[in-house]
Amino acid sequence: MQTQSGIEAQRRRIFRRREDVFPKLVLAPTLAAGTVFIYGFILWTAWISFTNSKILPNYKWAGIAQYVALFAKEPRWWLAIRNLFVFSALFISLCIVVGLLLAIFLDQRIRLEGLFRTVYLYPMALSFIVTGAIWKWILNPNLGVERLVQAIGFTEFTFRWLVDPKLALYTIVIAAVWQSSGFVMALFLAGLRGIDNAVIQAAQVDGASLPRIYRSVIIPSLRPVFLSSVIILSHIAIKSFDLVMVLTQGGPGVATDMPATFMYSFAFRYDRLALGAASAFVMYLAVMAIIVPYLYSELRGTRNA
Amino acid sequence: MPDIHQKVVGNRAPGYVLVRILIYALLLFAAIYFLIPFFIMLITSIKTMNDIRTGNLISLPREITLDAWRKAWGSACIGVNCVGLKGYFLNSVRMVVPAVALSTMIGAINGYVFSKWRFRGSETFFSFLLLGCFIPFQVVLLPMSRTLGWLGLAQSTQGLILVHTIYGLPFTSLFFRNYYIAIPNELVEAGKIDGAGFFNIFWRIFLPISGPIFVVAIIWQMTQIWNDFLFGVCFSGSDSQPITVALNNLVNTSTGVKEYNVDMAGAIIAGIPTLFVYIVSGKYFVRGLTAGSVKK
Repeated sequence: MQTQSGIEAQRRRIFRRREDVFPKLVLAPTLAAGTVFIYGFILWTAWISFTNSKILPNYKWAGIAQYVALFAKEPRWWLAIRNLFVFSALFISLCIVVGLLLAIFLDQRIRLEGLFRTVYLYPMALSFIVTGAIWKWILNPNLGVERLVQAIGFTEFTFRWLVDPKLALYTIVIAAVWQSSGFVMALFLAGLRGIDNAVIQAAQVDGASLPRIYRSVIIPSLRPVFLSSVIILSHIAIKSFDLVMVLTQGGPGVATDMPATFMYSFAFRYDRLALGAASAFVMYLAVMAIIVPYLYSELRGTRNA
Repeated sequence: MPDIHQKVVGNRAPGYVLVRILIYALLLFAAIYFLIPFFIMLITSIKTMNDIRTGNLISLPREITLDAWRKAWGSACIGVNCVGLKGYFLNSVRMVVPAVALSTMIGAINGYVFSKWRFRGSETFFSFLLLGCFIPFQVVLLPMSRTLGWLGLAQSTQGLILVHTIYGLPFTSLFFRNYYIAIPNELVEAGKIDGAGFFNIFWRIFLPISGPIFVVAIIWQMTQIWNDFLFGVCFSGSDSQPITVALNNLVNTSTGVKEYNVDMAGAIIAGIPTLFVYIVSGKYFVRGLTAGSVKK
C-alpha cells in the first residue's frame, strides 16, 4: 500500500470520504431504535416507577414511594424473590450436574454420539409453553405420575406437587431442568473438546487414575464453562415467566409467583403501573449486576487474545 | 485427539468392558428421560378421553384416533372462541416470517459495518447493543405498549413484527459481526482498489460467503420469535395472538371437561415448526445457541 502514488492515494481519499457516510447511514436506524427502544424505554420505565401511576402512566414525581411499597409493604414481592432464589439455585445446580455428567460420558468416544446429542438437546427447540403443557399433563394430580406409579402397584402413592403450595415451585424446576440441561451439556462438551490433551497426558504419565484426572485436571480447567453456564442459566431464571404462567399461573394462590409474573400481574392485571415498573426496574438492575461484569471480562479477554 | 480419549478410558483393563456398558446404560437412560415426555405427549394425543381416564401416562392407546388433533386444530375452545389453533398458528406464521426476514437482513449489514467499517464510536455502540441482548424484557413492556398505541399498532401483528425485529437486532448484528470479523480485511481493501464501494463490496464479496451465518441467524430468530410468549401475551389482540398464547389459554382453560388429548395435540402443533427446524439443521441451531451465549 505504501507504494501507491500520491495521486492514487488522493483519489482514494476523496472516494473514501463519500464511502465513510454509508456505514453511519446504515447503522443509523439501529442506533435510533436501540437508543429509543432499549435505553430510552429503560429510563421511561424508571421514570414511571418514580410516580404514582395506576391504570395509565402519569409523570408526576412521587419519589421512591413505589420502591418502599415493594420492599416494605408487599410480602408478595419478597415471596417472589424467595421463589426466584430457590428456583434458581435448584435449576442452575441440577442443570450443571446433569449437563456436566452427560458431557463427560458423551466424551468417551461414544458410538452414535450425534444421535445422543440430538436427543438431549431437542427440548431446547421447544417453547417453554409447550414444555409447560407437557409437564402439566405428566404431573397431573390424578391422571399423571400418580396414576402411573399406582398402576405399578404402589396403590397408596400420591403425587400432587402441582396443586400443593409448598411443592408447586419444584414442578417448575423439573420442567425447566428438562428443557435446559441439554444445552448445558452442549456447552460443557465444547469445553471438554477444547482442553489441551498434553495436560491430560502429563497427568497420565504421572500415573493419575481416571477419576482423579477428571477431578483435579479436567473439571478445574472447565471453569470458564461453569461461569458462562451459571450466567446464562441465571439469566434464564430471572426472566422465567412463560413456564410459570403455563404450569401454575403463579399459584396455587401466589405460591409460585416470581418477579416476572409479579411484574406482569401488577402492571397488566391490577393496574398498578408504577409498582409494576418499579419491580421491572429492580429486575433490570439485578440482571445488569450479573451480566455487566461478565461481559466486561469476556470482551476484555478477546481483546487480549 | 480421539486417541487421547481412548487412552483416558483406555487400556483394555479388566473393568474396561464393564465401564463401557455402564456408560452406555447411563447415556441410554438419559435419552429415555429426555424422550419420554415427548412419547407421552404423542400417545396421549391419539387416545380417547375414556382411554386416558382408565389408563395411565405410558399405557398404549387401545384405539388410535385423530379426533383430538382435529379438535385442537379446528374447534377447540381457546378462551371463549371455539375455533381451534388453526388461526393462531397462521398468526404466528404471519408474525415470524417478516420479523425474521427484517431482523436478519438489517443484522447482516449492521454486522458488516461493525466488523469492516468501524468508525469512531461504533465499537462503543456495539457494546451497548450487545448489552441490549440481556435486558429482561419486563423493563421495556410498559413504554412499548404505550408506543405501539401511539403508532396505531396496538394489538396487531404488525406491532409484534416491529417488537420482534427491534429486539432481535442485537442478536443478529452480533452473529454477523462475529462471522465477518474472521474474514480478512484484505478482501475489503482489494474491493476498494477495484473501485467497488461500500454496498458493492457487501453485495459482491460478503453476501455470497454468508450462507452459513444466514442459516444460523434465521434459525435463531425463527425459534426465538415462534416460541415467544411474553411479547405475545402483552401486545397481541384476540385476532393477532400467536400460537404460544393460544396454547397457554387452551391448556389453562378451566371451563368444561378437561381434554388432555386435545391439549397434547395442541402442544405438538405448537412445537412442530421449531422441532422440524431443529431436526433438519441441528448443527446450525446449536451454533446459534452457543454464539448467543458465549461471546467469541
